[in-house]
Amino acid sequence: MTKGRSLLEVSGVSVSFNGHRALDNLSFVMYEGELAVIIGPNGAGKTTLLDIVSGRTAADEGTVVFDGRAITGMADFRIARLGIARKFQTPSVFPGLTVGDNLVLAGRRQRGVWATLVRGLRDSNQAHYDSILERIGLAHRRDTLAGTLAHGEKQWLEIGMVLAGRPRLMLIDEPIAGMTAQEATKTAELLREIAQDCSVLVVEHDMDFVKTIADRVSVFHQGRLLIEGSFDRVSHDPHVREIYLGPEPAHA
Amino acid sequence: MTMPSINKASALLILGFVGLVCGPLVLSGFEMSLLGQFLALAILAIGLDVIWGYTGILSLGQSVFFGLGGYVMAMYLEASSLQPGQVPDFMSWSGVTQLPLVWQLARHFPLTIALVIGVPWIVAFGLGFLIFRSRIKGVYFSILTQALAVVAATLAVNRQNFTGGSSGLTGFTQIAGASLYAHATQVALYEVSLLALGVAYLLAWRLCHSPFGRVLVAVRDGETRLRFFGYDPAAFKTFVFAFAAVLAGISGALFVPQNGIIAPAQLGVAPAIEMVIWVAIGGRGTIVGAVVGTLFVNYAKFYLSNHYPNAWLYFVGGLFVLVVLVMPEGLAGISRRVLKHFRSPEARSHDQGTEPA
Repeated sequence: MTKGRSLLEVSGVSVSFNGHRALDNLSFVMYEGELAVIIGPNGAGKTTLLDIVSGRTAADEGTVVFDGRAITGMADFRIARLGIARKFQTPSVFPGLTVGDNLVLAGRRQRGVWATLVRGLRDSNQAHYDSILERIGLAHRRDTLAGTLAHGEKQWLEIGMVLAGRPRLMLIDEPIAGMTAQEATKTAELLREIAQDCSVLVVEHDMDFVKTIADRVSVFHQGRLLIEGSFDRVSHDPHVREIYLGPEPAHA
Repeated sequence: MTMPSINKASALLILGFVGLVCGPLVLSGFEMSLLGQFLALAILAIGLDVIWGYTGILSLGQSVFFGLGGYVMAMYLEASSLQPGQVPDFMSWSGVTQLPLVWQLARHFPLTIALVIGVPWIVAFGLGFLIFRSRIKGVYFSILTQALAVVAATLAVNRQNFTGGSSGLTGFTQIAGASLYAHATQVALYEVSLLALGVAYLLAWRLCHSPFGRVLVAVRDGETRLRFFGYDPAAFKTFVFAFAAVLAGISGALFVPQNGIIAPAQLGVAPAIEMVIWVAIGGRGTIVGAVVGTLFVNYAKFYLSNHYPNAWLYFVGGLFVLVVLVMPEGLAGISRRVLKHFRSPEARSHDQGTEPA
């Protein structure tokens, strides 16, 4: 486990939807250069945590600190500008733009209205985008409309888009959902590679996949952090086995 | 590899523009004035295409901004021919003895131009700011703008001593010291409309084919997603909405002196929907389509409503249904499909990049 400086600190966060407590006084820390995975049954609050960190959902209580700066309640696009990037569960690329334009759009530093109007046509950093295209294996499809890509290619493009902005923290929601075994293997390699430059937080169900990639696994259950540690430690924990296999009440 | 076809398209456009410039040489005074009005309307359509075709904001209230520009121009036309201390007839009938402030400002031509641009800009910017920041979008935005059109038309009727009421403002005689009946003035109005259309076209094209335009398409395709890349969609939408409103205002200001009247009916919902139909028929997401659609529908309207006054609405309704069902890319889509047969496969795939989703 790589333990650098702490990059993200979520402290005592609670949030409820229609009386249902999605997160219950949850605290969670991420360190620099770490690839952490959150697992847990449906409704455990995994995606809700990503929503809180990226500013999509406001917390009822608690604080979120990123790189020493409180980001609780900050607008989502401002949080993104600080270097927290998000990859959604369903591939969400911009279908009306080419693969290359999708990357440039995601990677540009000038994101205000006036800056966008005034600045030149191309991002000067073409080499950066070229290397990403290589990395995600879409170099030959630069001028293809993103809407015409295959499902797996869209997932990779979106990972590439997230990378293009050189984030410090990547939040990735179920990256291999709907992928073939080969695509999943390739995605695992890609994520390991990415984690060398930035911290990565992944939400995933697939245990084989989790085992391959995770530095650290955190198990969520009913809006709380149940246990965290190495994959082996977590997977042998009796509580975890009970949640996943044992005779749990119906609301699990 | 795509350069030849792009050049061909630009050459065609330039040719068309030059042809239109020479219009007054061959057209009768009446035909020229008619075309001049339609060219003015096409300026509005370009703005509507930028917000609808590229950005995905369907405004059913562009008639309001058209009306703002039109009324400001009408006030100038009326006020500038008054003697000092005099008020228009409709005002004196309702006991108004002093010219209201906006009317006073509109006595000066440069101020009028500033108002024609500034008023729609401020109104659209303020509205856009409030609406887009509250994340009102899609059909809710359309309904809201439609309500705006109703409000504007009602206000124009009710504030009679300011707007001339339901009969509107008319009976203009001169503009900037020149008689509106003189042929030279009419030619000048036609050419200015054409020039403004050309400038609007170039501006809109440039806007949509720049990084800014890519952000607009991204707003259309995935506004929520865009936020998590660090963009504020509300700011971009407010900007283009105001841009389209300014074009609509200029359109109204150029239309009124050629048409001779502005009335509340032109601010309402029905004209606003007709504007959307111009763009839909021309092909949204292609700026030239907005211009072609405007000219086509308005000529059709002019001839059909002359010959079959009752059939016109059925015709335009039917045309709209037809476009939506069988040719969603409008006239521009059809011509592009025809052109594709003469092109290389690379040009074909490249071309798709500019089509709306």
